[in-house]
Amino acid sequence: MNTNTANSGSKKTQSGRSARFSLADWMPKIVLAPTMIIAIVCIYGYMIWSAVLSFTNSRMLPSYKFVGWDQYERLFNNDRWMVALTNLGIFGSLFILICLFLGIMLAIFLDQKIRAEGALRTIYLYPMAISFIVTGTAWKWLLNPTNGIQKLMIDMGFENFKFDWLTNPDMVVYCLVIAAVWQASGFVMALFLAGLRGVDGDLIKAAHLDGASTFTTYRRIILPSLKPVFFSALVILSHIAIKSFDLVQALTNGGPGYASDLPANFMYTYTFTRSQIGMGSASAMVMLGCILAILVPYLYSELRGEKNEK
Amino acid sequence: MKNNPVARKTSGVSKVLRIALYTVLLAMAFFYLMPLVIMLITSLKDSEEVRNGTLLSLPAYLHFDSWTKAWSGACTGSTCTGISPYFLNSFKIVIPAVAISTLLGAINGYVISLWKFRGSDLFFAALLLGCFIPFQVVLLPMAQTLGWLGIASSTTGLVFVHVVYGVAFTTLFFRNFYQSIPGELVKAARLDGAGFFTIFYRIILPVSTPIIVVTVIWQFTQIWNDFLFGVAFSGFDSQPVTVALNNLVNTSFGGKEYNVDMAAAIIAALPTIVVYVLAGKYFVRGLTAGAVKG
Repeated sequence: MNTNTANSGSKKTQSGRSARFSLADWMPKIVLAPTMIIAIVCIYGYMIWSAVLSFTNSRMLPSYKFVGWDQYERLFNNDRWMVALTNLGIFGSLFILICLFLGIMLAIFLDQKIRAEGALRTIYLYPMAISFIVTGTAWKWLLNPTNGIQKLMIDMGFENFKFDWLTNPDMVVYCLVIAAVWQASGFVMALFLAGLRGVDGDLIKAAHLDGASTFTTYRRIILPSLKPVFFSALVILSHIAIKSFDLVQALTNGGPGYASDLPANFMYTYTFTRSQIGMGSASAMVMLGCILAILVPYLYSELRGEKNEK
Repeated sequence: MKNNPVARKTSGVSKVLRIALYTVLLAMAFFYLMPLVIMLITSLKDSEEVRNGTLLSLPAYLHFDSWTKAWSGACTGSTCTGISPYFLNSFKIVIPAVAISTLLGAINGYVISLWKFRGSDLFFAALLLGCFIPFQVVLLPMAQTLGWLGIASSTTGLVFVHVVYGVAFTTLFFRNFYQSIPGELVKAARLDGAGFFTIFYRIILPVSTPIIVVTVIWQFTQIWNDFLFGVAFSGFDSQPVTVALNNLVNTSFGGKEYNVDMAAAIIAALPTIVVYVLAGKYFVRGLTAGAVKG
């Protein structure tokens, strides 16, 4: 807004060079145009396109014969989709809770003037730099019952030790949780540590002078002031959970059977290998709905907060 | 004097607490490091040792055979080229995609924060959504578009896709960074007759080094680690390394060679790990950008 008024002011004073000036006025718009086109076509246009496809009977190729909500009805009558949704519920909530717990705990612990803090931080965060495919490959090896942790424990003398979650349809979703927590919890730690370092030091000193213990200071003063960080972490983690695709592909390939499918894997399989474009698009729209339900309130409050700061 | 015994007591308690603290921190360090260490150990064993040993048993001596095999001999499907061609594919995708998306992001951020016009804020808000949509929503339309453009199943196509969906993030990074540059600076330069690009080139770019580093590292990591676009849009010859690794690991026929799998996984992870070790500070800044303000 401010720059806008500045523009019109300078236009008046230099109206002699109006031709050059109008080019200068247009330059920002010209420069922004490619990204605008990209956003309008490849984000919003495609979103609408997928929405349209989800109301058609498209199978192997897109067709534009509309069938109303049929695909959504078929989707929610599809056992595999319901398994994927249930898995997302279990995986998502456990993943988010454990990541938040570990991340906050590690951040607070690291904040206690720890020796070698830098090295520890580096170790906690490095999985975040790695592809989920690599993470999946590594944990597939660790969790497989014939050669992995189960065998290690048996060889160490725990002969009845059993850890076969990877091949057990009822437990396999927890394998996804373990691997995903391993990858992403360090990220939550980094977020909160940055937040902790930003807390006003005088506030903490004042609390100590009033006789508050370290524990009380954290519980009553420091953590409540990190509420925005908490919400950011929550949004980012749920976003990761809903979009999870690679990890399943590498760790379990959806198996055994389709016991560890997540919505993203369902969408991919139905759209690209099972030639059910209509239903695949419907499942993508449901995923979009989930993300928007989390994101819109968050972005709204963020942008409003920014305006208030000004 | 009276306080002394109390003080000593609390210091004893705090000593115990501190030991507990370090124990937890070290245990967690072990949890994060263990998979990498086990991958490394496994990749250095021969197949006999892999089958008969446990995760933690060390190889009798170091075998680098599985590394050579993973790099240039391992089979995915019917071809036995190892993952080296796909490793190069990843670079062919990552380098142009990072360069283009960073450049676009820089100039977008410059406009959105210093050359605001009516609707530019709205545009930025609309673009933000691009950072967060589940890409499943755009997969099929994008596949069709790539076909029409004649760049389906090629590394060029993947560069295009990564630029399109990376530019929202890069714009966000640069916009947040340029927000702190005072508008008076630009105003003064304009009064001196400097144009749009001169100001960008002479005044803005020279102070942008930190955010360029953050953006390049962020984009490099994101694109290198991408799997979804890679598997959906690549052809047989243009697969990025993540897709090739997944194919290698999930190849079901023939004996499973876990040592080769592990070597291949480490090779695929190496570039981003190296970047992380060398420039971790900037990597963290990229991760927390947008999430923690200020």
